Amino acid sequence: MAAAPESADSSKGGSFIGWIDQRFPLTKLWKEQAAEYYVPKNFNFWYYFGVLSLVVLANQLITGIFLTMNYKPSAAEAFSSVEYIMRDVDWGWLIRYMHSTGASAFFIVIYLHMFRALLYGSHRKPRELIWIFGCLIFLLLMAEGFMGYVLPWGNMSYWGAQVIVSLFGSLPYVGGTLVEWIRGDYYIADATLNRFFALHVAALPLALVFLVIAHLMALHEVGSNNPDGIDIKKYKDAAGHPLDGIPFHPYYTVKDMVGVAGFLLLFCGVIFFAPTFGGLFLESPNFEPANALQTPPHIAPVWYFTPFYAMLRAVPSFAGTQVWGVLVMGASIVVLFFLPWLDRSPVRSIRYRGPIYKTMLTIFVLSFISLGICGLKPPSGIYPTLAKICTVLYFAFFLLMPWYTKFESVKPVPDRVTAHG
Amino acid sequence: MSEDVDHSRRRLLTAATVGTGAIGVAFVAVPFLASWQPSARAKALGAPVEVDASKLDAGQMLKVVWRGQAVFVVRRAKGIIDQLGGHDALLADPQSDDSTQPDYIKASGAARARNPEYWVGLAVCTHLGCSPLGAFEANNSFQVAGADLGANWPGGFYCPCHGSKYDLSGRVFKSMPAPKNLTVPPYVFADSARITIGVDDAPKKA
Repeated sequence: MAAAPESADSSKGGSFIGWIDQRFPLTKLWKEQAAEYYVPKNFNFWYYFGVLSLVVLANQLITGIFLTMNYKPSAAEAFSSVEYIMRDVDWGWLIRYMHSTGASAFFIVIYLHMFRALLYGSHRKPRELIWIFGCLIFLLLMAEGFMGYVLPWGNMSYWGAQVIVSLFGSLPYVGGTLVEWIRGDYYIADATLNRFFALHVAALPLALVFLVIAHLMALHEVGSNNPDGIDIKKYKDAAGHPLDGIPFHPYYTVKDMVGVAGFLLLFCGVIFFAPTFGGLFLESPNFEPANALQTPPHIAPVWYFTPFYAMLRAVPSFAGTQVWGVLVMGASIVVLFFLPWLDRSPVRSIRYRGPIYKTMLTIFVLSFISLGICGLKPPSGIYPTLAKICTVLYFAFFLLMPWYTKFESVKPVPDRVTAHG
Repeated sequence: MSEDVDHSRRRLLTAATVGTGAIGVAFVAVPFLASWQPSARAKALGAPVEVDASKLDAGQMLKVVWRGQAVFVVRRAKGIIDQLGGHDALLADPQSDDSTQPDYIKASGAARARNPEYWVGLAVCTHLGCSPLGAFEANNSFQVAGADLGANWPGGFYCPCHGSKYDLSGRVFKSMPAPKNLTVPPYVFADSARITIGVDDAPKKA
């Protein structure tokens, strides 16, 4: 008993926190992950979107839990239970609009967050795994968004599910069986809705939260990139802290609070004044109950899927199957995972890249937005042609990257981060 | 206790344990995966349906539900039936070689029907499963869902989702998003205008 463990660390004696620290690494975690986690001091506007996606995730989890308390996942009751939430449950309309607007907000911040990586090379070595975890999060988020859109059981929910589930039917040999297995019936039915509900509220959010933790652990292991795309760990002070780094807390917690406040202003503006956002966030055919015999005159997915949907439609059927469009759409996501190895530039940040990358990135962004517009419009007029061109440009950005990044001339990279914007 | 560890023996035992565990996991996964198959109730509800098509006049269409899918029953006028074989050059699969239908339907050629007067087919576009619209005005400029089907339109079905066009036997035109003709389900005539959808042969009378 002489060498009691309590006396081993005098700093932990006495206090309540000390009591916890002896049993759980609370102070240690706080220091490692916030108070003594050094972050480059030159972060700009683009670095808000990571924390904003956490805010939206929290919003989706909390509002989602409250929605399940009144929602009924059955084909007979789903539509009317959503109406019930909107009309009869106190503040139900607010909780539902927070959730539905949150879905669109999630994709807005995620797309901008991913664009930030393309700007400053945040996917480059040694951050490949952060990028891959991020791509997996994006993929899960698409599944979440799709299944969540089916739950209100409106007519667009129904036919959207019909179209997306049919995609698997185009796979050779296994397609028909696979589709029947996914639906659990010979058509999109009660069984389909019920299992989508289970996946949407339990399985996928769990996986999503684990992946977010993995994404952050990988980030905190290697440290954040920055707008100059240089390593801040090269120059350290006597205490071993990077000269160009500042502790995450309080510096970035305060900066992020400003970003979160600005974001919430816009977010609340949409919730209160334009929750359907002119049919983009909640489509008007979805205010009618699902009807298996009546296709809406024009099926368009929610806006965040339209770039990929446009690629799906841009590819004509060939050799008696339309699997090619499905493969192209799948490839448009899969190619993202390879980005860290496609980029061969000696520099990370766009600040020191040459004109070719800047041009390619601009073309990529324009074609992605154009694809989004094409996917919203009926396939007539100039849109089919535009979608075909933009699909080629989308893939050109990725598949030509090993060449145009390798051979283009770059500017010299500074040793220390620069102060100007 | 010996300090010497027989690493190859340890590796073998580890691999054997992992292998046995993996087989167990595979067996346990089967019931979970199989639980996603259509249930016994869903299978029972997928039984054949009977349609009385005698009420239809020529040029009229009926939609019935079989296995939750809409099925078209169209009564075609004599003039339309005579025209059916006339535009094979415009079609992607005029002989229905790559399409889905019972053999007796494929054998019927351009009519794609057990009785040319009645056409039966799934109201499910072979592109992505939307429900096509009927547009039976042959050789007439025809507007449906904002798309002009043109003066050469021989009549048929038009899918409003992605613009696929089919003729009155559900055969898809060339260069459309849809790769195949509309699927024809198995069906049989119980008598001259009573159609049983979902079976190939009339139920035997006991």
